[in-house]
Parts: sequence; structure tokens; C-alpha cells
Amino acid sequence: MTASLRSTTLDVRKIRADFPILNREVRPGVPLVYLDSTATSQKPQVVIEAMDTFYRRHNANIHRGVHVLAEEATAMYEAARGQVAKLINAPSAKQVVFTRNTTESINLVAYTWARANLRPGDLIVLTEMEHHSNLVPWQILASERDLRLEFIPVSENGLLELDAYKQLLEKEPKLVAFTQMSNVLGTINPAREIIKLAHEAGALTLLDGAQSVPHIPVDVQALDVDFLGFSAHKMLGPTGIGALYGKLDLLDKMPPFMGGGEMIKTVKLRTFSSNELPHKFEAGTPAIAEAVGFGVAVEYLMDIGLETVAAHEQEVIEYALDRLVEIPGVRVFGPESKHKGGVASFTLEGVHPHDVAQILDRDGIAVRAGHHCAQPLHEKFGIPATTRASFYLYNMKAEVDKLVEGIYKVKEIFN
Amino acid sequence: MDDLYRELIIEHYKNPLFRGHLDPNDIHFEDDNPLCGDHIEITLRVDKDDRITEAAFEGHGCAISQASADLLVESIQGKTLDEVKQLDKQVVLDLLGIDLGPVRLKCALLSLKVLKAGVYGLGEASDELVEN
Repeated sequence: MTASLRSTTLDVRKIRADFPILNREVRPGVPLVYLDSTATSQKPQVVIEAMDTFYRRHNANIHRGVHVLAEEATAMYEAARGQVAKLINAPSAKQVVFTRNTTESINLVAYTWARANLRPGDLIVLTEMEHHSNLVPWQILASERDLRLEFIPVSENGLLELDAYKQLLEKEPKLVAFTQMSNVLGTINPAREIIKLAHEAGALTLLDGAQSVPHIPVDVQALDVDFLGFSAHKMLGPTGIGALYGKLDLLDKMPPFMGGGEMIKTVKLRTFSSNELPHKFEAGTPAIAEAVGFGVAVEYLMDIGLETVAAHEQEVIEYALDRLVEIPGVRVFGPESKHKGGVASFTLEGVHPHDVAQILDRDGIAVRAGHHCAQPLHEKFGIPATTRASFYLYNMKAEVDKLVEGIYKVKEIFN
Repeated sequence: MDDLYRELIIEHYKNPLFRGHLDPNDIHFEDDNPLCGDHIEITLRVDKDDRITEAAFEGHGCAISQASADLLVESIQGKTLDEVKQLDKQVVLDLLGIDLGPVRLKCALLSLKVLKAGVYGLGEASDELVEN
């Protein structure tokens, strides 16, 4: 790794210059303060340009064409796959399947591996902090196949209770599916330990990397994870594309996901044979320009270094938590900063999160309010919704100050 | 823009006049706005001429949803059920005295949706009740 040679501090002003949207005013005289990257990140100029150039110069459908454009488009699409594989240290690019997003990656595993391998009564272990995308696919499958679901509890301070997890493992689950970083609490779960324990108990593992892959170094070989899903749009890339990583022997044995073109080797009127990996799981014309943009986004992130990104966010979240807890009536959810990424979900006494968000919007501060697709987690904490500010490599401490000022304005209006 | 949090709305949010649950009641309905988790329950008592003699609401949610419920419930005291069926979204906007974007409009109209679903005796509230 060249991490040690890189500067670990980020030149945020230089970074911000790469993101055209960060220059805009949301209203005349009101600059954008974008604190909603956990929902979707902004895109650097290089990503926008790469997709623009693709459509201007290289656009063609991929794989079967023999003309120049088709060959260029195919090469660009596959190069993007290679880039994504490199980011997560996948042993080979064919273990990276392009999907629409994390949700589709998880559904792919639920519809193929799980349908082929799970029997009535089999147990899947999830956690109480899952996003709906790592909850509902398993609920659908469980009711269809008569499977059991159990949940690793979340403690009051937003950490997974590993003792309870060890007890769940005694029930011999077939799969442990969990998020590496909570999109509400920001908690970074001890993925390596959870995976190791699962394997010792004979279970496979699926990691929801929607929040972790964009923000911290994720190495699938070091983690020894069986499946990992993530989305491009949360990591500086476009919407409409994501990835599923899987171990080779698992992907090889899995039945195909959707049927159609590209995923087949041969088709007869009544039968077909599946294409090789990863094409077996990529039916139909994929999001080609988006894949190209995804590849460039990954390259941009790797040039900076995920260690550097993570260190910067650590600094910002530490500052944000310090400032937020100072405000009377604010309650921040989740663990202390050393266990979490750049996510601060909070409530303000007497004011609904939607009102907080709406009043912050007057000052151009974009935050999210609601249950953030994690309703059971909010129920656990006894609250219908939270306001969430989230940070990425382009956020500055000065923006935290604006957020804090904004919250004081909310208090003024409601007092 | 500041109108959204004009004093009237904050006042009805913080000190609602018609918060409560009528028991017994003649009409009861409740529903959520799944987008925000706003919840509104409305209970009514009506006389033999189908005129509302008492109305109350319970619930939780943003200032817009709760203030509009309080204002709406206040406005229907003494009205007949037929009159309530005629209420439309403009009535709520006039009560609030503000214009709203599509997201917050759902918050504002939740109480009217609940009220009309109850008055019509529907099993489920639908957006069609407040769309015009």
C-alpha cells in the first residue's frame, strides 16, 4: 500500500473546486451547504465529463458488436469493472457484477443464492440497524420459503451486541447479512469479527457496503466476506449503477438472476445455458455510461485514498458531535465518534425533524429528515424520525458551524 | 418563505385548542403520512341532523401537520357532514395562510384526508379525497 506516502490531510478547498454543484447558490445569495451525502453524494467534474464524453464519442451497445464504437464502449465498461474490483481488492474482476444499486445487489443474492440453498426453517441473522434494503428482501423470502429471521440487537449507544450475536450463532444460521456502516447511527460495525464468527458457525455472510465502501477502505479478501453490495451514487458516481462482489465458487454455482440477453451462452426455443461470470448476472443492456462514470469516480477516490477520506470525515464528525451536544435540547444518536463515520442523526426537543430540515433549508443547508429507510431502528429508540446531517470528503468544519447556527435559529422560531 | 413558520402556525402547533380524544364518539378515523411519520386521529360527535357538535384530534408530527389539524378541527365545529364532504385542499391552505411545495402539502392535508375518510365512512383514506 502506498497509503503511508500520501498526505493524510485533505485539501478540502481543492477538492471542492472539483465539484461544480458546490458553487451554486440555492437562492440568490445563499450558498449550498450540502450535508446529505449519506442519501447521495455529489459528483466531481471528471465523472460528469466522463459520461458526457462517452455519449459524445464512444456510445454503442457493448459486447457483441465488432465496430469501433462497440469495441471502445466494451473496453470502457470492462475497465470500469476492473477499477471497481481494484477498489475492494477483489481477486478478479469477474467477481464484480454490475447491478442497479445496493438494493439490487442484495436482492440478487436473495433471489439466486438464497432460493437455491435455503430450506424451510433455515435461519438468517440480520441486525436491528439494517436499512430497509437489507431487511425487506429477506422478509419476502422468509414468508415465501418459511425461513426464520433473527436480529442482532443494537445497544442504547448504537453498537451491535456481540454477545447476543454469539448466542444467535448457536442456532446455526445459514446466512448473516449486516451493514458495515449504519446510515442512521453512523456506527462502523466490526465486520471482520462478525464474519469470522459467522464462518466458524458455518454461515455465509453478506455485507451491505452502501455506506462503508464510499467512506472507508474495504478489502473483501481481508474481510473474507462472501457477498458485498454497494452503490455508485453514494461514492461520487452516477445513480443507476452499483455492484455485487461474491466469492468465485458461490457465484459460479448460483443460478442466474434475471433472464434475457447477455446473460446467456446459447438459447434454444425451450432452453438456455448461462453465460460466464459476471455476465450471467447482467441480463439486458446495462447502464454503460453510468459504469464508465462509476469507474472514474472510483479512480478519483483511490487517487485521494480512502484512508485520507476516512481521516478527514473522522475529524469533521468529531467536531460536529462536539458542537451538536452543546446545543440544549439536541440528542444525537449513535456511538462516540471513534466508532462511527460521518453521520450525525439527532432530534431537537419540541420540534419535528421535518421542521428542523425545512428551516435549515432557508439557509441553504441540505439535511435529511425522516426515518432514513430504517424504521425498526427508530422504533427501537422510541422516535418517529430524526434529522440527519452527513459528511463527505468535500465538507468543511465551517459547514458544521452553519448547521449549528441554523439549529439555534430553529429554536428561536419555536420558542 | 418565512410564512411557513408564521406565528399562527407555531402557536397552533405549540398550544392546540382541539387536541383530545372524544370517547364515546360517532366518527373516528386515523392515518399516517408514511413520508414523515406524521400521525393524525380525528374523533367527532354529531347530532341527529348530522351536525358536528364536537370535534377533536390527536397525533404527532411536524408543525404543519399538527397546526393544520387544529385549525381544521376548529373550523368544522357546527358544520354538517355534507358540508365537510365539500371541503377541499384550498380550505386548508386558506386556514394556514401559506403556499406549500408538494412534500409539505402532504403534511398539511393529512388531517383533511383523515376527516373526510371518517365522514365518508371509508375503510382506508385515499389521496383522492384531498386532491382537488
